[in-house]
Amino acid sequence: MAESDRIAAQAEAEVAPARVAAGARVARAATPALFLLPAGVLIALFFLVPVATTLYLSLTDISTLTFRQPRWVGLANYRDLLTDPFLPRILLNTVRYVVLTLLFNVGMGLTLAVLTTAVRPGIGNQARALWLLPRILPPVVYVLVWQGISREAPYGLLGILTGSSRGWITSHPWATVVLANGLVGASFGMLIFTSAIRSISPELFYAAAVDGATTWQTVRRVVLPLLRWPILFVTAYQTLSLLTSFEYILLLTDGGPGFYTTTVWSLHAYKLALSNYYGNVQFGLGAAMAAVLVVVGVVVSVVYLRVFNFRQLVGEPRIEVS
Amino acid sequence: MPLLPPRWRLLVAALALLSLPIVAGVLWLLLTGWFDRVHGLLPVGGWSPGNWRFLWQPVGGRPPLRVPLVNSLVFAVVVAGLEVVVASLAAYAISRMSFPGRRAFLGLVLVLHAFPAVSLLIAIFYILRLLGLFDTLVGVILVKVALELPLGIWLMKGFFDYLSWEIEMAALVDGMSRWGVFWRIALPLVRPGLLALGTFALLSAWGEFILPFTLIVSSQRWTMAMYMQSFLSEAFTDFGMMAAVGLTYAAPVLVLFVLGQRYLLSIYAGGVKG
Repeated sequence: MAESDRIAAQAEAEVAPARVAAGARVARAATPALFLLPAGVLIALFFLVPVATTLYLSLTDISTLTFRQPRWVGLANYRDLLTDPFLPRILLNTVRYVVLTLLFNVGMGLTLAVLTTAVRPGIGNQARALWLLPRILPPVVYVLVWQGISREAPYGLLGILTGSSRGWITSHPWATVVLANGLVGASFGMLIFTSAIRSISPELFYAAAVDGATTWQTVRRVVLPLLRWPILFVTAYQTLSLLTSFEYILLLTDGGPGFYTTTVWSLHAYKLALSNYYGNVQFGLGAAMAAVLVVVGVVVSVVYLRVFNFRQLVGEPRIEVS
Repeated sequence: MPLLPPRWRLLVAALALLSLPIVAGVLWLLLTGWFDRVHGLLPVGGWSPGNWRFLWQPVGGRPPLRVPLVNSLVFAVVVAGLEVVVASLAAYAISRMSFPGRRAFLGLVLVLHAFPAVSLLIAIFYILRLLGLFDTLVGVILVKVALELPLGIWLMKGFFDYLSWEIEMAALVDGMSRWGVFWRIALPLVRPGLLALGTFALLSAWGEFILPFTLIVSSQRWTMAMYMQSFLSEAFTDFGMMAAVGLTYAAPVLVLFVLGQRYLLSIYAGGVKG
């Protein structure tokens, strides 16, 4: 047998199993691909494509008139945005909304977590369940309750208690916006802080008790220092969601009363692009405002994961067939 | 805290005081729905069944109640069903299989879970119009499922991770397919997770306002949230009837919440935005 034939035969013998292995590899890759397909398509269609679309639309002059054939205008929308005389007001509103609501949220969440873990578990659980109500109630119904309570005297509860004859939503729009959002948001911090407090080793509490610490001292010197990371996490998380959420403001005050009184960045973007006054829809400008939020959102989300230990979360699967 | 503080009654009183606004709000809703007029929390005038007339006749220019009710029911049930199935499939693959891009996919899911989806609304509006799915229930359903998938995948992965692998391994060795193992062994074992995610998705879809409000125009496709909102946005308002509509709309939420509380807490603590 010629040398070349021998080599060919040998090569053939080597290739065959390799071909089988390749087939098996395809089959093995096909299974996870099929499992991931529905989720992958939905995520691509409604997360990834929209991010790109937002950025693209923000660079065009798309509006009701030019919806079919938007023209490329470069950074013109961003320039218009910067020269908008109402921008400072909206920025200020946004900062005010985020900071005030955040203070209420996190403070109330902390207070509730400490109180509900300090009393008997049964009472604590019931109080926590009660505080979840604002979150699970449909937003529209929750806002109706606020409208009712803040109506002018003698109908609204707040009016009766404070003697303010005007409706609270129009006379104190900021108080209503912050409180309404704060009551919804407090439960998030409450739950996170509760599980953090529960995971504190009981020895620390016994040691504090033996040393004669009062409840307040225990909270200040033992609980709060150990809650530093959860507090940071909740604050960071809530900041981003407050920055982008506008549902309750839209329903409560619709950005008013009057001119932009409670209009925040995300609400303004929404209204520019999608408010129902046809013929006056500035899609591109709204997209430019949204694009700013999208960029902030992506950056902050990635930072979260870096800070709050991403690698540990995505570790290899514990189990795999070889 | 494991030690009951000596003055715990004071703390209970403080808790009650802080919770007063929520209790007052729910009471207000209940009273206003049933009475002619309510001053604060005090019913004035007689009891008023007329508040409930929307149940049997259309009010204003609105469609009859059954239209938004059926739409909401379809919306919530389909969203919950799809979300549970799609999230479980993806989570199982991430939890049990090793494939190229696994880390990247999981990383993406995590980033998206933290990412505020509302900021994509303008682009989603545009995309649905391009796809011809604007002003359809199908479009809103797909968007809602997609936006909540990161949470669902992340949650279900946690449940699959905690299953012991031996049974699945044995089934695979005996020649069962991956699909069979997922469907007949893994899924039944994570029932608590499915219930938790399912309940959460039902509640969240039932209450969803901003997506249908933005992506649906025709009143024949309204959900309950939009039906209710049409009362809120009216200049002349009949609070009695609004409260009655609100009670009708919120009743299933309250029932579901009481039934599914145990499961739900695990999700809410796991990080829902707000």
